[in-house]
Amino acid sequence: MTPTKAIIAGLFVLAGALPAVAEIRIGASVSATGPAGALGDPEAKTLEMLIEEVNGKGGINGETVTLVLYDDAGDPNKARTFATRLIEDDEVVAIIGGTTTGTSMSILAVAEDAGIPFISLAGAIDIIDPVKPYTFKTPHTDRMGCQKIFADMQARGFAKVAIIASTDGFGASMQAQCKLVAPEMGMEIVADETYDPKDSDMTAQLTKIRGTEGVQAIVNPGFGQSAAVLARNYRQLGMDIPFYASHGVASQGYIDLAGAEAVEGFRLPGTALLVAELLADGDVQKPAVTAYKAAFEGKFATPVSTFGGYAHDGFMILSDAIARATAAEPAAIRDAIEATTGLAGTTGVYTYSATDHLGLDLSAFRLLEIRGGAWTLAE
Amino acid sequence: MKLTPKSATLLVLAVLVALSPLFFPSGYYYRVGALIFVNGIAVTGIVILTGWAGQISLGHAGFAGIGAYACALAPAHWSLHPALAVVLGAAISALLAWLVGRPILRLRGYYLGVATLGFGILVSMVLNNERDLTRGPDGIEVPELGLRALLKGWGLDLSNGQFWYFFCGLCLIAGAWLALNLYNSPTGRALRALHGSEVAARTVGVDLARMKLQAFMISAVYASVSGSLLALQNKFITPDVAGFMHSIEMVTMAVLGGVGSVLGAIFGAGALTLLPQALTVFAEYEQMVLGLVMMLVMIFLREGLLPSILRKLRGRGE
Repeated sequence: MTPTKAIIAGLFVLAGALPAVAEIRIGASVSATGPAGALGDPEAKTLEMLIEEVNGKGGINGETVTLVLYDDAGDPNKARTFATRLIEDDEVVAIIGGTTTGTSMSILAVAEDAGIPFISLAGAIDIIDPVKPYTFKTPHTDRMGCQKIFADMQARGFAKVAIIASTDGFGASMQAQCKLVAPEMGMEIVADETYDPKDSDMTAQLTKIRGTEGVQAIVNPGFGQSAAVLARNYRQLGMDIPFYASHGVASQGYIDLAGAEAVEGFRLPGTALLVAELLADGDVQKPAVTAYKAAFEGKFATPVSTFGGYAHDGFMILSDAIARATAAEPAAIRDAIEATTGLAGTTGVYTYSATDHLGLDLSAFRLLEIRGGAWTLAE
Repeated sequence: MKLTPKSATLLVLAVLVALSPLFFPSGYYYRVGALIFVNGIAVTGIVILTGWAGQISLGHAGFAGIGAYACALAPAHWSLHPALAVVLGAAISALLAWLVGRPILRLRGYYLGVATLGFGILVSMVLNNERDLTRGPDGIEVPELGLRALLKGWGLDLSNGQFWYFFCGLCLIAGAWLALNLYNSPTGRALRALHGSEVAARTVGVDLARMKLQAFMISAVYASVSGSLLALQNKFITPDVAGFMHSIEMVTMAVLGGVGSVLGAIFGAGALTLLPQALTVFAEYEQMVLGLVMMLVMIFLREGLLPSILRKLRGRGE
């Protein structure tokens, strides 16, 4: 017997001798790299951190939790393959992930077929409307983002709105939703412009909006670098029409990229996570928000983002459900997730039901205003 | 009896498709297999266009996108059966290839590459921006093909993964068979002649423009069918299928495996589909490893992996 063979044989003997430890396997497929990397990276980090944390406290119901994490790079085709792999090969009891709407839709098709609970981290309303038995999601829908913005406009007495949206999935979807809810909320869309997320200059579209009669406020469905470029262009043109950004830019990165001066006075719907310090002491979300923020920033030395918060909430909902479930089996876990009531996460307070797999209402959104390069509560 | 290269290729493919499942530890491998076959079909088209006719296309994902979206849109808008939608997608792809091929196939070398690149990007832009029709970048559902339920009625009960594995496998064998028949036909010989020397081919009476156009249209149909099969098995499709990176992937697979040989190109498709699955642990370095493999193949194995390896083996045997 060669030394290598001896070692391998030894390992097998050792593995056989160890007592069989029960473990709960959870799967995740997020877009840690690729175009949605800025969203998926904190999600991956959050999940890894939380698994460590849970196992450090003795696991769930005394069983160790293992995470099988794949990076789908934002490619729906890859996401489907990884979902298949998680279910068929890794034999997980539940899946968290789907950073973008496209990857979420791919994963949910596989999860629904196999009867494995799936908690999506993407925004679009199509994921949970119509309700599918095994699919849940944690982020607000883009429709809620529009409603929150329009509600604030109503309060400030604005009725004529200009929309300038990016043509990527997030921007296009939110633009459509805003146009849908605008009439219901008494808003008139007087200008409707788009820009490509790769554009380096949007002054042409902004100039057109400036030249449009009677615009009282601007809404920008968009995220990432292009939203920051737009903010800079807006300031370069010396515009002073009240500006509403989307919940897609709710991270410190937006302020840093655009420059604090450019985004001064901008308003946007965001989660409690961004204003952790400003929350009232009695706020139900405060414990979850401060604990997650402290843990994440302590471990990775980067500011928390809303997206990591989505993953945090997904994991929290899942571990809570597994702890309550009659058995650590997919069907029982699904029932337990659906029975989640009043669970406070970083994004909002979740209450699922057979007809509602989003579990959030508008109160989960806080209207934020950027003042002096920092987030403040506008309400 | 000595096997012709054609029957040898088909035999190898058939044996691989039929026997590989014996070694699959779980259902997930059927999915990977089906993906390899889908990519293999697209790459077979690239072999005809690039390997035999010597024309470069950097926009074939555009045709894959048309095939894929035909399966999503035709059943939704005109309640066409998905199987007919595959045919419709292939017909539209061939027609578009004819339309755009006529002017751009007059271009040579880099210019042809750039023009096809532009075509691919145009298709991708339309799929992304025509939200009312395609539902934009978030993607759209694709209806069930229904063949699996039909087979079940006949007593052949396959899981979703198994069905798509064998169905795509059969399609790939059929595609390879058609391509190999073309190779030895007058058209195939004309294509190879114009690859060798356009001047010489024209002297012996080959209609260059027509031949190039034919090769372009045939490979467009292969790409379109591969896109359709991908859409039907995923039951959901986004404009990524028509993206620039997908075009590059097709060419890379063909070149890696051996662009002159159908089996080689399919081998390349297999390698590049498996690699990201094997490299999940080093996901961050995936692009780097791919680039490195590509460079090494270009430098040391110019004909592509499979033909070079076969040549080495044969050389040793003699």
